[in-house]
Amino acid sequence: MNLDPKTYEKYAKSHAKKSPVLKDCACAFLVGGVICCIAEGIYRLYLHLGMPEVNVRIMTPVTIVALAALLTGLGWFDKIAKFAGAGTLVPITGFANAVVSPAIDTKAEGFVLGVGAKMFIIAGPVIVYGTIASVIWGVIYYFLHNGGIL
Amino acid sequence: MKELLIDFLLVFAVGGGFCVIAQLLIDFTKITPARILVSYVVAGVILTAVGIYEPLIKLAGCGASTPLTGFGYALARGVEGAVRDRGLVGALTGGLTGTAGGITAAMTCGFIAALVFHGKPKT
Amino acid sequence: MAGGSQLLRIQNPPSIVSSAAVVGRKEFEGPLGADFDLHADDDKFGMDTWEKAESEMQRLAFGLMLKKGVIKETDVDAIFAGDLLNQCTGSSFGLLDFNIPYFGLYGACSTMAESMMLAALMVGNGVFQRAAAVCSSHFCSAERQFRFPIEYGGQRTPTSQWTVTGAGAMLLAKDGNGPYVTEVMPGISVQKGVKDANNMGAAMAPAAVDTLKRYFSCSGAVPEDFDAILTGDLGQIGHEITAEMLYAVGFNIKKMYNDCGLMIYSAKTQDVHAGGSGCGCSGSIMCGPVMKRFRNGTYNNILFIGTGALMSPGSVQQGMPIAGIAHLVRISSTLPACGGGGEGVSP
Repeated sequence: MNLDPKTYEKYAKSHAKKSPVLKDCACAFLVGGVICCIAEGIYRLYLHLGMPEVNVRIMTPVTIVALAALLTGLGWFDKIAKFAGAGTLVPITGFANAVVSPAIDTKAEGFVLGVGAKMFIIAGPVIVYGTIASVIWGVIYYFLHNGGIL
Repeated sequence: MKELLIDFLLVFAVGGGFCVIAQLLIDFTKITPARILVSYVVAGVILTAVGIYEPLIKLAGCGASTPLTGFGYALARGVEGAVRDRGLVGALTGGLTGTAGGITAAMTCGFIAALVFHGKPKT
Repeated sequence: MAGGSQLLRIQNPPSIVSSAAVVGRKEFEGPLGADFDLHADDDKFGMDTWEKAESEMQRLAFGLMLKKGVIKETDVDAIFAGDLLNQCTGSSFGLLDFNIPYFGLYGACSTMAESMMLAALMVGNGVFQRAAAVCSSHFCSAERQFRFPIEYGGQRTPTSQWTVTGAGAMLLAKDGNGPYVTEVMPGISVQKGVKDANNMGAAMAPAAVDTLKRYFSCSGAVPEDFDAILTGDLGQIGHEITAEMLYAVGFNIKKMYNDCGLMIYSAKTQDVHAGGSGCGCSGSIMCGPVMKRFRNGTYNNILFIGTGALMSPGSVQQGMPIAGIAHLVRISSTLPACGGGGEGVSP
């Protein structure tokens, strides 16, 4: 039974257990939906308290980020995430966790080369490619706007 | 009351829906979670540019703005406003201005968390 | 030595005179928890970083091993030790306190077998009187180095394995009443194109198959000779593949075959997906539960095959496939009868 790599890969794959997709998706839907509803509740609460809408738009994600950071620090976030999968990853909670978890984790290497340098080791690409996409859209928008199309 | 319920149901369905799409990508493809986050933000910028995301925000509020596509939406909206106000320079400043709150909050929270918390073992 | 087949029959088989295993909480709560010598409830062992905690486990395991065997530090001629951390700092810092010649090894998760093999060869050939084999892994330090920060919220794939928090130390000596290391067979790295770092079992299984196939082909032994054949940390998938592939080439090991990665945790209650992994997996199992079974007579003759996945986070990111290695050690409570397989020399 001397398998070449390609045959072996197929063979090994046939042994690998599949992810429980249905359960995973149900959990992701549930937790993701709940997080968004909490955000919506906070949004409406801030409006109700008389905060100007421009600020509410900023303060709502900021509040969610702060909550996710707290849960990460307490060591609860990864337990929820294990159950929720993409449900905690996709909302801004996933971004916050990706920043806060390396910050806590790299404390031992110091606040400059540890916390400071490693904070964006997972979330950095999100900002880099999001910003680059926005620059490209900005340039296109400039020409569309000046051309009177938008 | 009924209106409020429908509003929140929309928030739940759209927000949860974004998560389900990502979960399917994780389970069925080799795309890593980090790549999914990057794709979501870029997709948010593109969807906003082609005019699909704004109606979704109007429909589902935080259900559309909380997922990372909403981060892309904020980047795109920021850059549009800045370009209108300051011309081409705005393409360089608008994106991060539009998302400054979230990014700065994450940075600050990360720093405070590093000061306050210690790593815990997993069980 | 059988030419070309790399089976090494040790002329004067050294005796395993003492051993100790130190583990974390999850391992202590596993089905073999009672068979380990020491555990820490918080996995930190009184240290402030995970890396220091791992080193401390090695220090504790080695110290305990000396104490259990009533052996003086000065009586140990050499230590062969390794772990998973970059530049093997887990071992070098952990064993710093001991004034004993030290060899740092890197065999990925196969280190327990590699260090036992080298110690056995050195003692068996009269280079040293007593040599120790030590290794460790720590879930948190491995997670930090190979995957994500501890607090990062991610889902593990069903094929992923859980790095064991544990350390094992074992002393091999020229004189003793057994169990003896009678034969060793160094592994050959085998690469079958597996690139998924979350499926180490599948990456390492072909190496285990290669070593076992070579062993049965040239040793004259058959699977039925053994009370147990234990692989290091192939987990559920690697275990299945190994048994199946060996069966296909005519060696049925299914009856006595087990994997340390499957033994250390309860698959039902401990949520470790495909099983345990890491140097500390086979290290703590060999130095704790397995040695205990030799003492109480459950085991008289076993094969231990330490398995390792040869990769780094960088190599995986660059798309390099993961090679596996499997070192074999035969442990018997009795010395082989004259000749053993025709080549050994009785003491």
